[in-house]
Amino acid sequence: MVISLKNGFTEAGNATLFVARFFRELVKPPYELKEFIRQCYIMGYKSLPLVAITGFIMGLVLTIQSRPTLAEFGAESWLPGMVALSLIREIAPVITALICAGKISSGIGAELGSMKVTEQIDAMEVSGINPYKYLVVTRVLATTLMVPLLVVFADGIGILGGFAGINIHGDVTMYRYFSQVLSSLEFLDIIPATIKTFFFGFFIGLIGCYKGFTAASGTESVGKAANSAVVTASLAIFIIDMMAVQLTDLFF
Amino acid sequence: MIQVETNRKTQHVVELSKPVINIKGLYKSFGKNTDILKGVDLTVRKGENLVVLGKSGSGKSVLIKCLVGLVSADKGELNVFGIDMTKLSDQQLNAIRVRIGFLFQNSALYDSMTVRENLSFPLKRHSKKLTTKEVESSITEVLESVGLREAIDKMPSELSGGMRKRIGLARTLILQPEIILYDEPTTGLDTITSREISELILKIQEKYKTTSIIITHDMACAKLTGDRLVILKDGIMVAEGTYASLERSNDAWVRSFFI
Repeated sequence: MVISLKNGFTEAGNATLFVARFFRELVKPPYELKEFIRQCYIMGYKSLPLVAITGFIMGLVLTIQSRPTLAEFGAESWLPGMVALSLIREIAPVITALICAGKISSGIGAELGSMKVTEQIDAMEVSGINPYKYLVVTRVLATTLMVPLLVVFADGIGILGGFAGINIHGDVTMYRYFSQVLSSLEFLDIIPATIKTFFFGFFIGLIGCYKGFTAASGTESVGKAANSAVVTASLAIFIIDMMAVQLTDLFF
Repeated sequence: MIQVETNRKTQHVVELSKPVINIKGLYKSFGKNTDILKGVDLTVRKGENLVVLGKSGSGKSVLIKCLVGLVSADKGELNVFGIDMTKLSDQQLNAIRVRIGFLFQNSALYDSMTVRENLSFPLKRHSKKLTTKEVESSITEVLESVGLREAIDKMPSELSGGMRKRIGLARTLILQPEIILYDEPTTGLDTITSREISELILKIQEKYKTTSIIITHDMACAKLTGDRLVILKDGIMVAEGTYASLERSNDAWVRSFFI
């Protein structure tokens, strides 16, 4: 009990130092712009098909599942607005962030973990290159920027999925559907939901990097780093979401 | 100036006047009751090839990792090029590291990069004024030095163990270091490839006039490359001399390395 408590505090201390180092290295030149752009391409562009498919399914399923209940109250016309609101405020950010935790965070954890185990990070360090700046800062910045863009993309595709879902049983034109969607949305629905996705992205990248960068020696630790990155990042997403919802409720 | 004729096949004469590495009373432990180095004293002179022998876990790799700041020493003096390595800022340490090459046991090539990118990666970061043509000619030169010009566009996964070692050595050479630290350069290689790598170490030393510390269990490599050998036992240096003198040592444990 005492040992696990001690390990918990040590881990928390190490994680705090890791975050502090991120902000310290972030402002110090040289800047690894080329690697940052490469990471944006890998994390953003290459995740588009996965996010598009899940976004479309989210919108479609949500519409199909909500329809009978709304029909019972004769409120089917509320369906486009309700689907759009649910997607933008909650479902698309959380589901997309969870997908990114599974795809990106585990990928970073495994990549950096294997680099650590095979001494590639040490090789960078002994050749006078700052591996933290090259590997961690670029990846965390890329996830912080790309996850919000992926969420916006998932919002759009999800709303399209909703349009497909409505037209399974009905006949609604695209113009009418989108005018209902837009009339039910306000900026205050979009802004807090988008702000929290920057935090999702930041922690997805940071947790993946931390788990990989601090992997122990041995190939077993690579798997552990990847697994632990997904679990911790997913948990972090729910905690950040809970805090964001509370804050939004308080201020908006 | 002391001049010592080495036991190398090339009969190369090494100038042994100026110490470039000076270690005094170096201690390192990892947690309680895990003392790895217990007061190592070592001097390496310019142009010398020093071989460090010892059982697995005797602290050989930790010793050279302390030299480049990968592992921080608990106590003791650590001077490289006359600079105290224990009191440097990150920036100063990186400036010294450029002058020290390190060949890792498993070569530590960057998996996601081609051979060309592996070599240009450190060069571009330290010599920003170099043109693409100059970078390319440096890469070609070091690849020719290790005899692997044709591997320039290959990925590390496409290379054999011996080729990976050669490319690792080429990456070390690209920054033109004054000291090269070899961590078990022939481990995991067959006898013929091991000999080729040992000969390459000698060739590199003669061409680039580097000072080397070679950590090895391979006695053929030690015999071929070492001007001087030291033996570590339980974190302290127990024997020092040429291959021939240690082979005839009165200490049976020291002699056991040469059987």
